[in-house]
Amino acid sequence: MKWNRESKLNGLVVLMAAAGIWESVSRLGLMNPLFFPPMSKILSMFFYLISSGEILYQVLVSLKRAAAGYFLAALLFIPLGVAMGIFQWLHRSLEIIIETLRPIPPPVVVPVAMLFFGLGDGMKIFVIFISCAWPILLNTFDGVRSIDRVLVYTARTFGLSHGRSIIKVILPAASPQIMTGLRISLGITLILVVISEMVGSSDGIGYFILDSQRRLKVTQMYAGMLTLALLGYALNQIFFLFHSRALAWHEGLMKRNR
Amino acid sequence: MVAILEVKKVSKSYRQLDGESTLAIDEISFRVEKGEFVSLVGPSGCGKTTLLMCIAGLNPPSTGGLVVKDVEVHGPPSNLVLVFQEFNKSLFAWRSILGNVLFGLEAREKRSQDAQGEARRLIKLVGLEGFERHYPWELSGGMQQRVAIARALAYGPEILLMDEPFGSVDALTRLELEDTLLKIWEDLGTTILLVTHDIEEAIYLSDRIYVVSRRPSRILQTIDVDLSRPRHQITTRADAKFMELRNEIYRQISQ
Ligand SMILES: Nc1ncnc2c1ncn2[C@@H]1O[C@H](COP(=O)(O)OP(=O)(O)O)[C@@H](O)[C@H]1O
Ligand SMILES: [Mg+2]
Repeated sequence: MKWNRESKLNGLVVLMAAAGIWESVSRLGLMNPLFFPPMSKILSMFFYLISSGEILYQVLVSLKRAAAGYFLAALLFIPLGVAMGIFQWLHRSLEIIIETLRPIPPPVVVPVAMLFFGLGDGMKIFVIFISCAWPILLNTFDGVRSIDRVLVYTARTFGLSHGRSIIKVILPAASPQIMTGLRISLGITLILVVISEMVGSSDGIGYFILDSQRRLKVTQMYAGMLTLALLGYALNQIFFLFHSRALAWHEGLMKRNR
Repeated sequence: MVAILEVKKVSKSYRQLDGESTLAIDEISFRVEKGEFVSLVGPSGCGKTTLLMCIAGLNPPSTGGLVVKDVEVHGPPSNLVLVFQEFNKSLFAWRSILGNVLFGLEAREKRSQDAQGEARRLIKLVGLEGFERHYPWELSGGMQQRVAIARALAYGPEILLMDEPFGSVDALTRLELEDTLLKIWEDLGTTILLVTHDIEEAIYLSDRIYVVSRRPSRILQTIDVDLSRPRHQITTRADAKFMELRNEIYRQISQ
């Protein structure tokens, strides 16, 4: 606890120092202030954009797309991963497709998605959905497959139907790995919502940053980047909170086994 | 008497990796009557776990048949629970002790008015009062086995199958657990079929013992244990009859 607070304090000091260096580098003209405005200006722009509602609007637009793609992926690929973990034949028949498609870098999906969905929300949601697929699918599959046989037998000797043993035993037993997949996907989602908005959009935080740069509103561009950083941080914190609540048992188990 | 469990000429062979098949169980037949405490004693690797898996409907026999309460076994019978040899792997790490025991009640699907109260009562019965909020991995092996037993009892089975339940706990804990099990059996009247490689444990606990040979396993002998109940760790084990039985079973197994 003490260590935690101390390290957080240290982190804050480092952050302030970095901001101070940024400020000096810009003010002293070590870098072109046109492309590298002082941190104080970026911050005041940031607060101005917040008070005007502009940033909030752009963030909400992006968040809606991100959430749609992310949750759709979870909704489809967790059950598919569970099914693959249970049914060998399903895994065997899908393995080749997955292994062939998986190495494709997610941004490559963008041009394909544009063909089918144009430049609307559908395109972005699809890109996120596909990019989240692999981490969620493969981690869920792995989690289910590595469940001890004894646990599965336990569900059966207690007379659980297949459906109930999935809900009561398989999903909870695999939940740490499912969570890992969801956590990795969260990072990917943030990257891809921005990329897809930069490629083809008229709103969203990704568009906002690129548009600011094109109009040479450099301070505004940096303020957008700052927003993105804070957004990512906030999402990770929310996930971490949820994680440490839902998986406290797993943390304890791991500590015990160490 | 009415047999609650009948094992009729059950054989089980496993296919090895090289394609050959090995016979693990060779036409075993025996019966267990309602309310009895029966043990199967045999050396390690003789097929005890295999046989229990067949009875529990988790692993079908190659030939032969099983009848539980006049119903042929094809899949897990609803009035029977198996407590696994690897009880630590069988407990739910994501549920507290109370949660694990509640699972037994949830699985039964009979909506109980006071599930919490019933679970707590069972936790007390196995001697774990005060540990309701703990997690299985916070407990010792012996305590984990108590949880596994309480969870099985919560399901309300008529037959409890136990696979070397006390094989991996220390000697002292083992004696305690034996007495806990006897108390439960006397209180609840559940029929118990237990397998073990420990001859003395089998004698101490059982009404009847089936002595099982090395692989491929057959029943070598049926032994009725006419030691008085309630049993007592010191006096029962010091009884001359106890010694006699032990020597006889030992002679049979080591032949
Ligand atoms: N799934 C399996 N596949 C092949 N052989 C097995 C399998 N399970 C058990 N056996 C073999 O069957 C025999 C009996 O095993 P088991 O029932 O576990 O014995 P016990 O419980 O009495 O120690 C052993 O020789 C074991 O190697
Ligand atoms: Mg065994």
